[in-house]
Amino acid sequence: MNITLRIWRQADAEAAGAMTTYEVHGISGDMSFLEMLDVLNEELALAGGDPVAFDHDCREGICGTCSLVINGIAHGPEALTTTCQLYMRHFKDGQVIDIEPWRATAFPVLRDLIVDRSALDRIIAAGGYISAPTGAAPEAHSVPVPKKNAERAFDAAACIGCGACVAACPNGSASLFLGAKITHLGSLPQGQPERDSRVLAMVEQHDAEGFGGCSQIGECTAVCPAGIPLDMISQLNHDVLAALPRNKGHGH
Amino acid sequence: MMSISPTRTRATASSSALHALMAVGGLIMVLFLLAHMYGNLKVFAGQEAFDGYSAYLRTVLEPLLPYGGALWILRVILLLSVGTHIWAAFVLWHRSRAATGGRGGYRYQSNAHRRGVQRSYSSFTMRWGGLTIALFVVYHLLHLTVNVISPGGASESPYLRMVNGFSIWWVVLSYAVALVALCLHLRHGIFSALASLGAATSEVRRRRFNQLAVLISAILLLGFLVPPLCILVGWVGP
Amino acid sequence: MSEYYAQGDALFDAKDPGGPIEERWDKRRFEAKLISPANRRKRSVIVIGTGLAGGSAAATLGEAGYRIKVFCYQDSARRAHSIAAQGGINAAKDYRNDGDSIRRLFYDTVKGGDYRSRESNVYRLAQASVSIIDQAVAQGVPFAREYGGLLDTRSFGGVQVSRTFYARGQTGQQLLLGAYQALERQVAAGTVEVNTRHEMLELIVVDGKARGVVVRDMVTGAFETHLADAVVLATGGYGNAYYLSTNAMGCNVSATWRAHRKGAYFANPCYTQIHPTCIPVSGDHQSKLTLMSESLRNDGRIWVPVAAGDTRDPAQIPEAERDYYLERAYPAFGNLVPRDVASRAAKQQCDAGRGVGPTGLGVYLDFGDAIERLGRAEIEEKYGNLFDMYAKITDEDPYTTPMRIFPAIHYTMGGLWVDYDLQSTIPGLFVIGEANFSDHGANRLGASALMQGLADGYFVLPGTIGDYLASNQMPAGVDDTHPAVLEALASVRERTRRLLQINGNRTVDSFHRELGSILWEYCGMERNAEGLTVAIGLIRKLRESFWSHAKVTGINEELNQSLERAGRVADFFELAELMCIDALHRGESCGAHFRTESQTAEGEALRRDQEYSHVAAWEFAGEGMPPLLHREQLDFEYIKVQQRSYK
Ligand SMILES: Cc1cc2nc3c(=O)[nH]c(=O)nc-3n(C[C@H](O)[C@H](O)[C@H](O)COP(=O)(O)OP(=O)(O)OC[C@H]3O[C@@H](n4cnc5c(N)ncnc54)[C@H](O)[C@@H]3O)c2cc1C
Ligand code: HEM
Ligand code: HEM
Ligand code: SF4
Ligand code: F3S
Ligand code: FES
Repeated sequence: MNITLRIWRQADAEAAGAMTTYEVHGISGDMSFLEMLDVLNEELALAGGDPVAFDHDCREGICGTCSLVINGIAHGPEALTTTCQLYMRHFKDGQVIDIEPWRATAFPVLRDLIVDRSALDRIIAAGGYISAPTGAAPEAHSVPVPKKNAERAFDAAACIGCGACVAACPNGSASLFLGAKITHLGSLPQGQPERDSRVLAMVEQHDAEGFGGCSQIGECTAVCPAGIPLDMISQLNHDVLAALPRNKGHGH
Repeated sequence: MMSISPTRTRATASSSALHALMAVGGLIMVLFLLAHMYGNLKVFAGQEAFDGYSAYLRTVLEPLLPYGGALWILRVILLLSVGTHIWAAFVLWHRSRAATGGRGGYRYQSNAHRRGVQRSYSSFTMRWGGLTIALFVVYHLLHLTVNVISPGGASESPYLRMVNGFSIWWVVLSYAVALVALCLHLRHGIFSALASLGAATSEVRRRRFNQLAVLISAILLLGFLVPPLCILVGWVGP
Repeated sequence: MSEYYAQGDALFDAKDPGGPIEERWDKRRFEAKLISPANRRKRSVIVIGTGLAGGSAAATLGEAGYRIKVFCYQDSARRAHSIAAQGGINAAKDYRNDGDSIRRLFYDTVKGGDYRSRESNVYRLAQASVSIIDQAVAQGVPFAREYGGLLDTRSFGGVQVSRTFYARGQTGQQLLLGAYQALERQVAAGTVEVNTRHEMLELIVVDGKARGVVVRDMVTGAFETHLADAVVLATGGYGNAYYLSTNAMGCNVSATWRAHRKGAYFANPCYTQIHPTCIPVSGDHQSKLTLMSESLRNDGRIWVPVAAGDTRDPAQIPEAERDYYLERAYPAFGNLVPRDVASRAAKQQCDAGRGVGPTGLGVYLDFGDAIERLGRAEIEEKYGNLFDMYAKITDEDPYTTPMRIFPAIHYTMGGLWVDYDLQSTIPGLFVIGEANFSDHGANRLGASALMQGLADGYFVLPGTIGDYLASNQMPAGVDDTHPAVLEALASVRERTRRLLQINGNRTVDSFHRELGSILWEYCGMERNAEGLTVAIGLIRKLRESFWSHAKVTGINEELNQSLERAGRVADFFELAELMCIDALHRGESCGAHFRTESQTAEGEALRRDQEYSHVAAWEFAGEGMPPLLHREQLDFEYIKVQQRSYK
């Protein structure tokens, strides 16, 4: 296949960026989308050009590093699929493909297609954990967890922290990411003691990072590679409302 | 605790909390509209019944409350609801624009999928649709409550004000347009409000609430449209 | 042979406390010096890596009160490659009452490693395994549970008890998120500072002790020096030397290799594990291989057509013309033989022309029988996500057509040599997780790397590093202007300058691919003296060519992925040579290291315990000099050494 790529190029955080057009030839359907970009980059390098910077690591859909908006869709056209697990067989010979970075004020572009997602780490640092000092843990079987709750926690814990939800949300909200973590920890008995303080601290951090609010648009769930369902955002709101009256003096 | 950012907002002013506030206002308005629609259907009972109903609204709970008291309490609640609803809407709108470099869903250069992948038209029109409703309400109050605008002729009788107005096609059309905008707003809004209030916490509930939103929107659309249409075609007259 | 290496002194583990094996770890902990909580704030530790090992260590040390600086090359600590582990984690909980015990886990691990690991270390690992599960559950790791609410386990990777805890196909992710969240909690508490997108390029050694690192800020290109009382490397494995592997694209040997060049011995570099169940290569463009969890072998049956060159659709091949070769050759373990055995068997089938798929490099993993027996729904429930992944990559439906699998480089048992305290031969340099060599011997059993990483990070290192810190504070007056610091910084600058100056006509990736194919060919599933000698020659030539023809684009002072890659590949060249030398020196077959010269009449691996019951720890002897071999003798007091048999 021959493909025309229009790629966002931007030298660094301060520089202005623009879409630049490239042609790649001889692409096979068995190549992953990133392998197609590898081909482009090798050609660019040999021709004395500047390879396109893009984030990736595991290339098997689990680390959450890869992050491209492909033809306007975060992680591209296939549902439940990260960019690295997208294969070229889903594109047509001669197609024009637009490639852009995640866009959100909280995710500044560092170079080309790479953005800074450390805001998500700071949201976790604000409270996205269970305080379990090493060595102080009780015997694992001392707290049974009903299978239903364990499964719910698991569905939520599947979030790979990629940030596609933010990239897709018209409000630039990280509510799906946040809701997933709240649901994960809140569905488990171990997560109860810190449940109120956790949700309030994380919501505050979410807003302070400059993410927008959620108006239940649902674009996030369309692109989420981990299949995090929309109801986890409602769970988040539920927990916020439950915590607010109980935690008047929280943290300030 | 670390201080990660000096601009920490309190959780009470978080987007999540504001949405809940907005949802409460919105749902109160929905209840009002359901009642209002029911009241409007009284046109089919004739002028006396309808005007009587209008008067009843003003005399209910007398002498516990002065004349018009109940109505004013209702109006205050409504005003508060509209007020907080609109205020919250603008704050959130502002935050959303700030979070997306001012461009919302249009921040990508690609022309493909500008409207996203699966979002509904209804959710797409929330903000401008909301403004349309606001304009309509002003127009509507001037028309049928304060009677400043009076297409078809002014009257002391609310019944006649309606009949006069809705005998004119473009008045009916303007209401119909507004009602469609309103029901689109509510198709998404009712679901969104319930989710914002933390009630849509499972797939089943999500489905139910969506059905509920469609149902209420449809009832309101029909319930509100039937009287003007009947007046227009002459089934209900002076 | 001796032209490739020189003999050094024998080496022994001075920290092993001796005595009854059950009490050794307690004894060591009791003898270790302690630091009062108030003084811990005055001690600092640098941790490189945020995988299971580094993440758990940094979180635990931070919580203990030390000042910790952590570095990783990814954009978030949560993305370390531990996240990719699918299958599970072992622990001797004996929740199944099926005869498991610390002792049995110890035994299985030593046997699985083909008697090339230390008894003391492995016993301690088995002891710690129990606490790991408790710790993870307390953190909210959502392990699989049964309807009664208790934890579920399964049997995994060549053992006969059900001791593997798992979290769907995401055990590594869930465990890592637990460690990452504990780490972020310490970030909030102010004890840990995490520096993401920072790559360690050099170790700083002051007066013979590890005192810091040179890192490159991968966004700005700035070289930074960081100093601390001690340094911990938790940088994972070096399987990427082979280019195609199940590792992440960024996995590298640079951190450990730089430490090696500064004096840390590198042990058993040739022990690389080849995982039997990966998706076969589809073409030249391929950048990585994807693992299909070993758990698939619990229900899938492996076969090839009996006739060589049979290209029929698998559905057209009748039962009688299929060879379920593992079941045939190893009736006791069948499809569940350890990885090394299963991998080599697959290779032999393909070498004999019975391989399947477009390249002939593949065997079938067939769920037809299992689906018939258990129903599609149950298979879907157990393996659905793996089947989906397979379908995504190959565009074939494994529910109806048998999967094709082929072995791929997966894990490296070798790594920096460490003593019982996990300290390398450079005082103050500790090495944990896959980056060290310690616990798996010549072959790692499934589900035991996660166990080792977390044992090291949560329990072992925090129990031993205090002993070092108590009496080895940074000498006064050492700061960024110390000559050792300046020297390290200058060497990194110089190397970077050289890389950027080559400006050749061949991409770094193409060099890497070629290096990988040399290693795979000569230092892969089967090795022999002749091939290894050829490989060493080829590697040297290629390395020379790299330094004169590689094309590294851009400048240092920017986010430059081309430069990052070039630096890593340059280190892989040096490591690759040592791998081959190590493989050459070890004239026996053991575990994953199969020397064709050393096999039984039936073609099974033949160990030579008389000559090779040792750890090979290599010392860097200087640029262009043959490395020095130090042997650490392995003695077995508690386990009877036998020829491994899975028949
Ligand atoms: C696909 C796959 C599946 C697996 N499945 C299982 C399984 O089911 N069960 C099991 O027990 N084991 C499994 N393993 C093995 C196991 O996952 C790993 O051995 C283990 O997770 C390694 O952990 P680690 O902490 O030592 O290193 P890693 O998790 O690899 O972490 C390395 C860290 O070091 C950092 N780093 C590396 N180099 C540098 C540098 N130069 N500068 C700065 N930072 C650096 C990285 O950023 C990263 O944070 C699997 C491995 C793979 C690849
Ligand atoms: C076809 C549709 C509608 C008809 C026929 C209608 C009719 C009327 C009439 C007759 C009144 C005056 C009642 C009185 O003074 O006793 C009234 C008042 C009012 N209507 Fe409507 N209405 C319609 C739709 C709406 C809609 C869609 C809204 C809101 C979005 C709305 C909001 C109001 C409000 C706020 C008042 C004032 C209540 C008060 O007295 O405080 N109406 N309407
Ligand atoms: C009067 C002018 C109105 C304006 C400007 C307006 C504006 C908006 C906007 C912008 C939103 C979406 C905001 C967001 O999610 O970010 C919204 C949501 C909503 N609106 Fe309105 N609206 C108006 C009137 C109404 C009316 C009359 C009703 C009900 C009868 C209503 C009910 C709702 C509900 C229930 C929601 C969902 C709230 C939530 O998501 O939490 N609105 N409105
Ligand atoms: S919720 Fe989904 S889209 Fe968002 S970060 Fe998690 S995995 Fe990515
Ligand atoms: S798209 Fe955005 S508005 Fe909410 S439902 Fe998803 S975060
Ligand atoms: S590169 Fe890891 S998820 Fe895509």
